[in-house]
Amino acid sequence: MTTLVEARGLKKRFGDTTAVDDVSLSVSRGEVVGFLGPNGAGKSTTMKMITGFLEPDSGTAQIGGHDVWRDPAAAKAKLGYLPEGAPAYGEMPVADFLSFVGKMRGLRKAQLNNRLAEMAERVRLTEVWSRPIEALSKGYRRRVGIAQALIHDPDVLILDEPTDGLDPNQKHEMRNLIREIAPNKSIIVSTHILEEVESVCSRAVIIASGKVVADATPRDLVGSKDDGRAIQIRISSPEEASVIEKIKPLVGGAELEVMERMNGSTRLLLRYNDKPEDTHAIKTRLKSADLPVEEVGIYRPRLEDVFRDVTTRIH
Amino acid sequence: MTASLSSVSVVFGREFRAYFATPLAAIFLVVFLALAGAMTFFVSGFFARGSADMAAFFTWMPWLFLVLLPAIGMRLWAEERRSGTIELLMTMPVAPWTIVLGKFLAGWAFTGVALALTTPLWITVNWLGSPDNGVIAAGYLGTFLMAGAFLAVAACISTLTKNQVIAFISAAIVTFILVTAGLELVLGAIRGWAPYWLTEAVAALSVLEHFQRITQGLIEAPTLIFFGSLIVLALMINTFLVDLKKAQ
Repeated sequence: MTTLVEARGLKKRFGDTTAVDDVSLSVSRGEVVGFLGPNGAGKSTTMKMITGFLEPDSGTAQIGGHDVWRDPAAAKAKLGYLPEGAPAYGEMPVADFLSFVGKMRGLRKAQLNNRLAEMAERVRLTEVWSRPIEALSKGYRRRVGIAQALIHDPDVLILDEPTDGLDPNQKHEMRNLIREIAPNKSIIVSTHILEEVESVCSRAVIIASGKVVADATPRDLVGSKDDGRAIQIRISSPEEASVIEKIKPLVGGAELEVMERMNGSTRLLLRYNDKPEDTHAIKTRLKSADLPVEEVGIYRPRLEDVFRDVTTRIH
Repeated sequence: MTASLSSVSVVFGREFRAYFATPLAAIFLVVFLALAGAMTFFVSGFFARGSADMAAFFTWMPWLFLVLLPAIGMRLWAEERRSGTIELLMTMPVAPWTIVLGKFLAGWAFTGVALALTTPLWITVNWLGSPDNGVIAAGYLGTFLMAGAFLAVAACISTLTKNQVIAFISAAIVTFILVTAGLELVLGAIRGWAPYWLTEAVAALSVLEHFQRITQGLIEAPTLIFFGSLIVLALMINTFLVDLKKAQ
């Protein structure tokens, strides 16, 4: 596997605050990395440093083997970038804008026309081809942004919140598009929508307060907690608090935490830090105590739980 | 080098067309021609002077340009920063100076269009009498060079803000200083306290002094160097500032 993006020890301070603190990241061909984090965690800043737009205080970034600061032209030639909010020249028709970007990227004549035609079809812009960008809907504008990033068929694609503000259908389309182009490229997608990561990304990198706090496949992230030391219980009772009090002595000294309340039922998490407990034993004990327990099982966290867990630990 | 020149021309093409995509271009041209005409005919008394030359026209150019060129230059960078398109530009595989130059040349060419539209006056002068066309040509050259210098300054200043109005006003102030630097009014105020070299330095900055000489038909090296170096210096500072301010 070829590594197409290689960032090492990126650091950036704005005044007194450290926006990005020692972030390293490498992405191979064929990988789609979901870049996750709460707002203000440093996602955009990191991406701007990898694209060569923002100079890091320290650290390096390489695209396709070229350092973005020492050899910017070669590095940027291999890069397609959709900045946050998909900026574009509003007064220009879609065709003119894409043709401008293509020419700036060195495409000419037949080659340019081929790429334009392919973009029109692949990103489905034919309908709005000669309309000014400022007259387009959000979904179309975002697609124009993707098209300008793809026009020169780059090896590396960096997309800053490509689905932000789109409706569910448009989001679905955008994800399909990303999946389609993924096999031959390295793609970094920032988002705060977790289902997006599960559906399109082969790897999730979670960043919080400027630091990488997790870097694994979405499945591993979720699975990393599936070790039998955490058991979940669902109870359904209007007197939740008193039921919880009654459960406490029966579960063998577990740490007890309310995870979620939904439709009158409560999801409890029991953490056994040292010795795993047997799910069945607990089930039997609770049943015989005649408590309104609906379900006892191994705790399988959703990505959302992991996200909350790793990003709040730091604060 | 060819790649650089071609990206200059791609940026130039986009920017030049952008002027005509909004009503700004039409408004600018109308205002310019109306003001130039009004000044020449009514204030300077073009006909009453009874002399076949264009001095009545050129005299007003520095004063018109110090308002109009900041208007042309204000959007060049402020708008890129406001809309975020600067992120696209600066992540393209081209050297930043090629973008700076392409934008500047587009604005300058637009000014050229405005000046070209005043040539009916030149024809009129030839129809009414027999002017020294060499002097008039020199006057146009001087006007165009001065426009370039003002535009380079305005473009440079527009990198400092995301707000076009602020860019306009700041550029107008700076060009006003450049125009008035050589006037006795300004020099007299400095001479009292400043050392000799400073007074001379301020006087040397005077656009008016150089402009008046060239409109009299004197195309001299110091004048060409003055305007040329003002343009080059402003564009170099522009390139530096774009890099410095782009991400803020």
